[in-house]
Amino acid sequence: MSSLDGNVVIEWIVAILVLFGTAMSLLSSFGLLRLPDVYNRAHATTKAATLGILAILLGAFIYFFFSHGVSSIRLLLGIVFVFLTAPVAGHLIIRSAHRYGSPLAPISVQDDLQELQKNQKEVDDEKVRPVEAES
Amino acid sequence: MLDTIMLIAMFLLSLSLLLTLYRIIKGPTVHDRILALDSVGYIVIGIVAVLSIHLDSHAYLETILLIGILAFLSTIALSRYMERGVVIGRKRSD
Repeated sequence: MSSLDGNVVIEWIVAILVLFGTAMSLLSSFGLLRLPDVYNRAHATTKAATLGILAILLGAFIYFFFSHGVSSIRLLLGIVFVFLTAPVAGHLIIRSAHRYGSPLAPISVQDDLQELQKNQKEVDDEKVRPVEAES
Repeated sequence: MLDTIMLIAMFLLSLSLLLTLYRIIKGPTVHDRILALDSVGYIVIGIVAVLSIHLDSHAYLETILLIGILAFLSTIALSRYMERGVVIGRKRSD
């Protein structure tokens, strides 16, 4: 069903990009399955899914550019949007997990952010208390 | 050739979707499930792109933007809800 008119080079480029993106996505799913702890799992999914989706969408963009002559602005916008939002979403999930107190894997060595947050909470409590006393 | 490769790619993406679904059902903590849902959004974006190459039509490409925006917003809403109990709060934002 593809209409590339025997342009073999473009066909190979599209195939390699799509297969690379698929392999990255599959590897990130294996990481999500196998790693011990929510922080390690975020390390697997956020990076690998971003790179895989970028490769697949770039392959689709090249395909539609050379087969239909369309430079699809929606695909470029999708690439930019995924590339902007995937790290932000991963950061938000992990910050929420750490503040919620999600346990680290037993293999973990140290957690520096915990002490920092404890100090921050004491400072915040001292800030909040006079306001509550006024009201 | 390209049709066969797109079919293989769709099969592998569906396999990774299944592995992610296992993490959603089994996941020990809530944040594992949120992370896996976020990952499902990206995999579905990839499936839509591969399907549009396979069907040789660029009518499906709006779906990519829609799914991306919805996955991002739902991830933010879920993680903020788990963090402080409200989605849209009026406290200072840090």
